[in-house]
Amino acid sequence: MALRRFRADLHIHTCLSPCGELEIYPRRIVERALEAGLDIVAVTDHNTAENTAATVRAAEGTRLTVLPGMEIASAEEVHILGLFETLDDILPVQDEVFRGLPDTPPRAPFIKDQVIVDAEDGVTGFSPHFLMAATRLDVREVVDLIHGHGGLAIASHIDRPAFSIISQLGFVPPDLELDALEVSPLMTFSEAREGLVPGSRLPLVRFSDAHKPEEVGRASTAFRLAAPRLEEIRKALRNADGRRVCKP
Amino acid sequence: MNLAELVERLGLTIYTDRDELARAVGGGYAGDLLSDVIAHGRKDQVWVTIQIHPNIVAVAVLKELAAIVIANGREPAPETVDRARKERVPILGSTLTAFEIAGRLHELGIRGA
Repeated sequence: MALRRFRADLHIHTCLSPCGELEIYPRRIVERALEAGLDIVAVTDHNTAENTAATVRAAEGTRLTVLPGMEIASAEEVHILGLFETLDDILPVQDEVFRGLPDTPPRAPFIKDQVIVDAEDGVTGFSPHFLMAATRLDVREVVDLIHGHGGLAIASHIDRPAFSIISQLGFVPPDLELDALEVSPLMTFSEAREGLVPGSRLPLVRFSDAHKPEEVGRASTAFRLAAPRLEEIRKALRNADGRRVCKP
Repeated sequence: MNLAELVERLGLTIYTDRDELARAVGGGYAGDLLSDVIAHGRKDQVWVTIQIHPNIVAVAVLKELAAIVIANGREPAPETVDRARKERVPILGSTLTAFEIAGRLHELGIRGA
């Protein structure tokens, strides 16, 4: 099978995330992703996959592939991206994360609407879950949960002062079986390698962490793959069968 | 003051070996962001935290802290205790909150700076 470059932004929030703007809904994301020249995106709301199905559907018939994902907050408040091939893979993960979230406080005016939408951008409901909280699962349990359902586990924005594996845990635990580390656009890969993860062999990737439509694709990673599928990205992260992460 | 006295005065649970408790306490620090403790913790301090991940042991070794006191009745993960025994880092625990533990340490004359 012929290999080619696929440009991917695998860290995008929707209007469901407590910090996501209302305007970042499925068709906007698809439209912006295509304008930005992306081939693959992942929808990764905080502790929920409730808008993934709508976004997958919104991209049907376009050349964009949407992977279902979540950005899970571990008990240590480390953010871990879980990326999956299908909705069937992610739903049991979502169930487990919901079980580990605390109850939403009865009076929580600081929580903005957590908007669930359909593929036509119609509002279908509001998530009752306390999405800005952290699950009871520790970081290893989160990684195991993701892997147990065929997903990829990527530590989010490791260079950021909040909710990153390094801010929370001081360094990346060497025995934690992550698939990659995400570095924000504020730091170069060589700075990250030298300053944050000396000696680590984990691949580095860069995504947008978009919370507004205009941020979709502001950072991305190109992969050399046979097809825009999770299994192919897994191979690329492992440098297997000619698949690889392209140099930025 | 040494750790044994501290255990007695605050009624702390001991998760690691008792023979490590002769160590002197030279101050205190509180925090749950390990990157912050790496930056600001100092040798011989007792560190009050609610983190229970095995990385807390590495931070204590790196900064030569006297002990880790886990607040809020949280139990350290078994792997954390194993690692602490190996590295000879005392892990203590309390059902009190971090705020309350810090207050009591201060009353005993233990300072942060």
